[in-house]
Amino acid sequence: MTTIEFTDRRVRPPRRRSRRDQVIRHGLAMTKRNLAHVIRSPEEIAIYFSVPIMSVLVFGYVFGSGMMVPGDGSYREFLLPGVFAMSMLYGMGATATAISYDVNRGVVDRFRSMPIARSALVVGRSAADLVRALLEMTALVVCGLLVGWQWHRGIGNALLAVGLVLLLRVAITWIGIYLGLVVPNPDMVGIIVFPLAFPLTAVSNVFVAPELMPGWLGTIAEWNPLSATVAGARELFGNPGLAGDSWIAQNALPMAVVWPLVLTAIFAPLAVRRYKRLSR
Amino acid sequence: MNEPAIVAEGLRKRYGDTPALDGFDLTVRAGTVHGLLGPNGAGKTTAVRIFATLLRFDSGQVAVAGYDVTRDAETVRRLIALTGQYAAVDEILSGRQNLLLFGQLLGLSRRQARQRADELLEQFELTDVATKSAGQYSGGLRRRLDLAASLIRTPEVLFLDEPTTGLDPRSRNRLWDAVRSIVSSGTTVLLTTQHLDEADQLADRISVMDRGRIVAEGTADELKAVIGGDRIEVVVHDLADLPSAAELVGRIAATEPEIDAELRRISAPVSDRVAALTDVVRALHDSGVVAEDIGLRRPTLDEAFLHLTGRPASDQRANDEREEIPV
Repeated sequence: MTTIEFTDRRVRPPRRRSRRDQVIRHGLAMTKRNLAHVIRSPEEIAIYFSVPIMSVLVFGYVFGSGMMVPGDGSYREFLLPGVFAMSMLYGMGATATAISYDVNRGVVDRFRSMPIARSALVVGRSAADLVRALLEMTALVVCGLLVGWQWHRGIGNALLAVGLVLLLRVAITWIGIYLGLVVPNPDMVGIIVFPLAFPLTAVSNVFVAPELMPGWLGTIAEWNPLSATVAGARELFGNPGLAGDSWIAQNALPMAVVWPLVLTAIFAPLAVRRYKRLSR
Repeated sequence: MNEPAIVAEGLRKRYGDTPALDGFDLTVRAGTVHGLLGPNGAGKTTAVRIFATLLRFDSGQVAVAGYDVTRDAETVRRLIALTGQYAAVDEILSGRQNLLLFGQLLGLSRRQARQRADELLEQFELTDVATKSAGQYSGGLRRRLDLAASLIRTPEVLFLDEPTTGLDPRSRNRLWDAVRSIVSSGTTVLLTTQHLDEADQLADRISVMDRGRIVAEGTADELKAVIGGDRIEVVVHDLADLPSAAELVGRIAATEPEIDAELRRISAPVSDRVAALTDVVRALHDSGVVAEDIGLRRPTLDEAFLHLTGRPASDQRANDEREEIPV
């Protein structure tokens, strides 16, 4: 076999911008694309919002009548931070499905054959889903206020609590992106997410305080990353349900920052790597 | 500028146990349209995906626009564009939003991207549907949008992977016109197709591909010459005359002619076309056989394909033909 001679080209291809500049520009363009999708299919958003709002109403009033809250207090006050976090978790399905649809369509071939940052598609997805989560949080907060939930420690702490919840969403987005890239069929992705997400919400402090669970289950529930966010948010909102004596329960607030950061640090690189490997 | 636009040597790619490319060699001269012709599953799309940096390969070497597709993938991506078999556009966004998105991803400012999108929409006659979702476009419109997206920045090498599959003849002709005008601006085009007439219409050179390798290469005329040049064809008026006419044509062509009784047609390869035609006309006249039609014909690429690979060009071609009448 002969070797191909690569001629020295005098005419250089268009100069590349700095890598970081490129990543930001391309990520932004992709974010805009994903948000344009949302605007173009409002019915999807309506369904997307209806689930958490229904949870507030159903759990708040059905469970609310018979549920005990440690340290005494309104169940709906206890519930709302849990529903915030739960909605973030269920957003994983939307993220994973969207990414899976993308890579199964011709359009990603075009993206990948263009001189754009490899991370643009996944970063754009993550950013757009964060914007979506922000809208969703707004709707949930309004809904919460309507059913009698409140924050008691000032607007600053309340915003910090919302920040914690959104931080969790970032981590969940990256898990969702990874999932969407690993599962080959977009229709399957949505189905897989539920059995993953459901036990995570059930075995956590979202609906029931872990102290009320059998010992071992309570421990698992306390170590659930979701619980850290919920406990942290309850603390900052000044909602009832302050936790037990275990180390993890006492350190919910820092863990609500640590857990999402750890998960993001694991799944973001995995997702980007997986995306780069689409060329098998 | 005479450096080849695409060079592939000894390219191999397997999917599990199935070789998709099996010692594939190709050289495409800059500024030309090169047709990659082959049936379904011959490996055309695999080759294009490798050239477009979308797919890795097991062994061999590939340079596109002078750059190694593995080592300099980023540079290659700056110089190529791909219009795939399945239109590579965002189906939720409108046509205009698609062009804006791709423009911005290519580094155009918002204003430049807008201007370029409008130009392309106009050029490809998409202005009327510019705000509709691309998902609602007809096949022809979508393909045009796809092609427009490939031309936001003039590429040095454009890959067209079966660009007219599923299009009606009118849309196909429009797309062909668009391709011709792209080439006139200096872009090299690699066109894959299962349609022999498409390669014949557009390509300067044609590589015939089968089972992961090139089995023949040349101009359309050269390929036709490979299977023996011109043929003379006689259609007799009366079926009863078929044997005597066949004998007569066989004598002049100095070979056993092919006979199609159903069409009352006799055909045979000839070397000196005009002399053979004259002789046949005279001999038929002398023997009193009435011919309905007499003519000289170059073999079709279909015949060339059959000759080169021992198989018809496409297994479902018979079905295809009914839906998509070649123009």
